[in-house]
Amino acid sequence: MSERIDEHTDPMQYTDDMEAIDSDLMEKVIAEMESFDPDQYTEKDVRAALDGDTCSVEDFKALLSPAAMPFLEEIAQKAQMETRKHFGNSVMIFTPLYIANYCENYCIYCGFNCHNKIKRAKLTAEEIEREMKTISDSGLEEILILTGESPKMSDVGYIGEACKIARKYFKVVGLEVYPMDSKDYAYLHECGADFVTVFQETYNSEKYKTLHLGGRKRIFPYRFNAQERAIMGGIRGVGFAALLGLDDFRKDALATGMHAYLLQRKYPHAEIAFSCPRLRPIINNDKINPKDVHEPQLLQIICAYRIFMPFASITISSRECARFRDNIVQIAATKISAGVNVGIGGHTGEEKGDEQFEIDDGRTVDEIYHMIQKNGMQPVMTDYIYV
Amino acid sequence: MKQDKLVIGGHTFDSRFILGSGKYSVDLIKAAIENAGAQMITLALRRTNTKDAANIMDYIPEGITLLPNTSGARNAEEAVRIARLAREVGCGDFVKIEVIHDSKYLLPDNYETIKATEILAKEGFIVMPYMYPDLNAARDLVNAGAASIMPLGSPIGSNKGICTKDFIQILIDEIDLPIIVDAGIGKPSQACEAMEMGAAAVMANTAIATAGDIPAMAEAFKKAIEAGRSAYLAGLGRVIDKGASASSPLTGFLQD
Repeated sequence: MSERIDEHTDPMQYTDDMEAIDSDLMEKVIAEMESFDPDQYTEKDVRAALDGDTCSVEDFKALLSPAAMPFLEEIAQKAQMETRKHFGNSVMIFTPLYIANYCENYCIYCGFNCHNKIKRAKLTAEEIEREMKTISDSGLEEILILTGESPKMSDVGYIGEACKIARKYFKVVGLEVYPMDSKDYAYLHECGADFVTVFQETYNSEKYKTLHLGGRKRIFPYRFNAQERAIMGGIRGVGFAALLGLDDFRKDALATGMHAYLLQRKYPHAEIAFSCPRLRPIINNDKINPKDVHEPQLLQIICAYRIFMPFASITISSRECARFRDNIVQIAATKISAGVNVGIGGHTGEEKGDEQFEIDDGRTVDEIYHMIQKNGMQPVMTDYIYV
Repeated sequence: MKQDKLVIGGHTFDSRFILGSGKYSVDLIKAAIENAGAQMITLALRRTNTKDAANIMDYIPEGITLLPNTSGARNAEEAVRIARLAREVGCGDFVKIEVIHDSKYLLPDNYETIKATEILAKEGFIVMPYMYPDLNAARDLVNAGAASIMPLGSPIGSNKGICTKDFIQILIDEIDLPIIVDAGIGKPSQACEAMEMGAAAVMANTAIATAGDIPAMAEAFKKAIEAGRSAYLAGLGRVIDKGASASSPLTGFLQD
């Protein structure tokens, strides 16, 4: 039985039932983030970053700094060039499927948090199959399976069954569920999943503990090392994100990039992905907003990720508006969601459960597909083979 | 005049341009093939849809030889599995081996590539391995049963041209199989350069996929490859690049 974790629990200590791996990535990322002073970078540093053939960690920091803001057009152009070199004109399309919204965590900004009074539900195997079939009929080949973070209500076996059903309808199966041990990732890989995304939310552990007041998510290092455990379990690709707006977004973006960078250096075969979510309003709190992360800042971060790790996949969320999404997939993002419903069971009829946050861009798969084509890009449904 | 044909695994081709099919719209594939005069086109199995919509296989004209690649394989075993899958879905016996377990530079693993080549050649595949231009590895690939050798010019998608020129020249000089320069060729002049060196063929993808006018760029590559081939066959004239001059010969004293 797992221990109760509340706001008195030390967030930096693993509990007994958590797998503790031998890794120094977290110390390195935190040290890099703490020594990063965005204000010390100058126009000259940004110029050097833009003119270089490769992008060093120092260049990445300069690109994330306030000094880079006046260079945004040039940064976007460099990012676009890198994207074209590595991805051609391709833009991947996928959709998320929320199969359950039970959650044991108390994260004060999240619509799923255990104290937020929303309608909770989880889909049965039949319902999952029905939802997936409907999604598959829209032409999609890639699905991202999500749950709230409740290992009790949505255990690994349940998620595994969902993966097996997904393999019948899709070529690419990704997961955005609670962090787990490497043996669990190995099992889900066997069931057909090959990509795991975990949002660290913020890399500032002091801030982190004031936002995550209960549940396993409060344990910062266990969440941080999720991607590494996933790779150890045989998962092909891992995704990283900070929820921009929770803390100093420049430092969080730096840490997100460093986390991915150091993991790829340790596991060169690991495929890397970034998400770039900003805070959104939730049910029972429409005041939540991304604070100082406006669209220009978001564009800056996405382009900095692209230039720093040109080979990484970058996903643009339906949290953002159509105008921003349509433009960013021509510059730096390479993956876009379509036909999005963030409630439980909304693809085939009435939602059984409420959504995690409000989306902005509700366009269908068809609409997104044609938008990409219209802009001279190539919509791609799959670029992956399960081996 | 003797006809100039490219022979790979007993199959004969007039065209020396292998076209990539990734990274651009499927509805442009036909035009690209026609303008390129290509007879062989690569196909990433990972890009084939299971649904009806825009399946790349439906856009490739008949009579074009498919060259499925094992893109996505991280070791020999995975490459073998993907190659067998390609044959099962009707892609024929040709296969381009790509084994990559570095997500940053996408450089091929020669060691695993040799292992996969040996297994697949024994199963009757016509194996065209993508490799880093290393003479020892190339000789091992020959012994493993490869039908051609495909050394990289520079990292995939970099459009940097033939950074490995000297090493590719060694392969051209020492290996009896067709040497096909693959990856990194960014513009027609670089394709031409490879052909002038004596490469048997050139493979290009990103350079065409990201061009403003894809069919027109395909045609430009075709012409460059033909020009380079003609120059090679004609025998390049003397190109002074090291400052030597015959006007004051050092060996003249022998006649004194």
